[in-house]
Amino acid sequence: MRNDDLVKLSFRSLFANKLRSFLTTLGIVIGVFAIIMLVSIGTGLQSYITKQVSSLGSNLIFVIPGTNEGRGPGGIVVNKLVENDAKNLQLRLRNLAEVAPLVLQSSTIKYKSKTDKQAQVAGTTANYPKVIKEIKLDRGRFFTEGQEKAGAKLAVIGSTVVERLFPNEDPIGKVISIGSNRYTVIATAQERGAIFGIDQDNFVGIPIGAAKKQFGVSNVTGIYMSANSPELVPIVKKQTEEVLLKRLTEDEFTVQTAESSLATVSSITNILTIALGGIAAISLLVGGIGVANIMLVSVTERTREIGLRKALGAKRKDILKQFLLEAVILSVTGGIIGIIFGMGASFIVAIFLFSTVTYWSVFLAFGFSVMIGIIFGMAPAIRASKLSPIEALRYE
Amino acid sequence: MAADLIIKLENIKKDYVSEDVKTCVLKGINLEIKRGDFIAIRGRSGSGKSTLMNLIGLLDVPTYGKYYLNGKDVSKKSENEKAFIRNKEIGFVFQQFNLLNRASALDNVILPALYAAVSPHDRRKKALDMLKKLGLEDDIKKRPSQLSGGQQQRVAIARALMNDPSIILADEPTGNLDTKSGEDVMAILKKLNSEGKTIILITHEKDIAAFAKKTMLLAEGLIETNHEK
Repeated sequence: MRNDDLVKLSFRSLFANKLRSFLTTLGIVIGVFAIIMLVSIGTGLQSYITKQVSSLGSNLIFVIPGTNEGRGPGGIVVNKLVENDAKNLQLRLRNLAEVAPLVLQSSTIKYKSKTDKQAQVAGTTANYPKVIKEIKLDRGRFFTEGQEKAGAKLAVIGSTVVERLFPNEDPIGKVISIGSNRYTVIATAQERGAIFGIDQDNFVGIPIGAAKKQFGVSNVTGIYMSANSPELVPIVKKQTEEVLLKRLTEDEFTVQTAESSLATVSSITNILTIALGGIAAISLLVGGIGVANIMLVSVTERTREIGLRKALGAKRKDILKQFLLEAVILSVTGGIIGIIFGMGASFIVAIFLFSTVTYWSVFLAFGFSVMIGIIFGMAPAIRASKLSPIEALRYE
Repeated sequence: MAADLIIKLENIKKDYVSEDVKTCVLKGINLEIKRGDFIAIRGRSGSGKSTLMNLIGLLDVPTYGKYYLNGKDVSKKSENEKAFIRNKEIGFVFQQFNLLNRASALDNVILPALYAAVSPHDRRKKALDMLKKLGLEDDIKKRPSQLSGGQQQRVAIARALMNDPSIILADEPTGNLDTKSGEDVMAILKKLNSEGKTIILITHEKDIAAFAKKTMLLAEGLIETNHEK
């Protein structure tokens, strides 16, 4: 039998039962649609997180108290990191990285009658801008090492603080108060936006010495470091650990790199994407069972036709091919429509949320629908091809 | 074996086993049919005539015995080879017509040519010729349900002729037709025989069998008479 005749024949049979073919196809459409859609959302989430994390800088290394795994007995972290650790690190890593300790606490900031509640007050050293290069100053300059050592009460404020305290005023040179202490604003930072929904601009940077007094703490919240180049990150990490281990035990601190936090995040989102894709694949499987079901019905209904075709000279493989092709056409059509809708919906979702159409998921979904057609079409097609012509012709 | 023998059956037996009960339907058929013959096989229902028809038409396999078609033993052929022989050598005409209801008269006639991989142009031309020959040139686009029984059987005969088979197997071709249409169909078969086709007719009616050159009676799985008319 000619292949073009085979294709025409299969299409003709499917068109003879339009509604049935449509409904069967719909099962596949939904399955493929769901796969593409959910994988796109999973991948979109992943690339969103990756982007957010890498916007922190890929050279960055954080030293935080405690361990990532367990947080000591009772879940309480005993913070043993101090400013001196940062100094030691800076000495040791002079040509490899920049180091800045950080004392973080949220606090209420006041200027005249205006207040900004829950602003992040960050006590740090003059080295901070060298570590966090993403912070760009709008106006003014960061405090110097001299000012910091002299115990000057100076503040660098983020754009949210500017908005809340100085809606109509020039903040430079104004005096704001944190608790009972007063700080002179010497610089404003450019807007950075939100990361994971956390406002990066609601901060006040003050010299670390002042911050320690302000909050009555002796240790630091963390130490931020920036390797001079991305290749140096592993060396810096290793040396940091060596330096800190001289004074602290292994579970009293953790050295985190952007890469290691990315890897953690990626492994979570990967699992999420696979889980979403897997759930969607189940619905495609159900669609495939629909194809098998309808093909079995079709074989039974057309028993006489099959018998006649065989009597007139159809070989077993002619019948097999015809029914298999019908199943494949159903599932491939469903696959293509599902891909179109799935990609369309993913692009629409991308406008509001995050969603990235991955081409592997499109190919996978398409390949899957072809496979489903073949696998689920095979049993009915084999059954059709094995019918004995005499019995089939006698079938009522 | 004589060269002009188109069909030769040697001691053909056919048993059916169902639920451990063996039924002998054919008990040793010996039959020789010459090229260009028109033979009627008569018998009551249950005489085994349909089984014999299915064996001759290569739709069924004998339990025992040899079947020579055109001098070649076909009783041991594979499914595919038999499908090929059915397609090329045998034209079937059934009592129930067995037309595809969804297809036009033309498409029904073309059907055997699909499995012979004839080009669309050639098979269309051939099918139109056949339909015209059978007086159906005005009905080529009609579906079987739009045709009378006699017309449907003529479409079926056109289909049987599509691949130029040497043998026409007609199983009760007039069984579902009125007398007039039945006679028309028989006249067509007679004409085809005069044009050289070997025709094997199965019927239980004496007057229909009378159209054939030879009649043989099948009873209890054996051929009783084999006489020239």
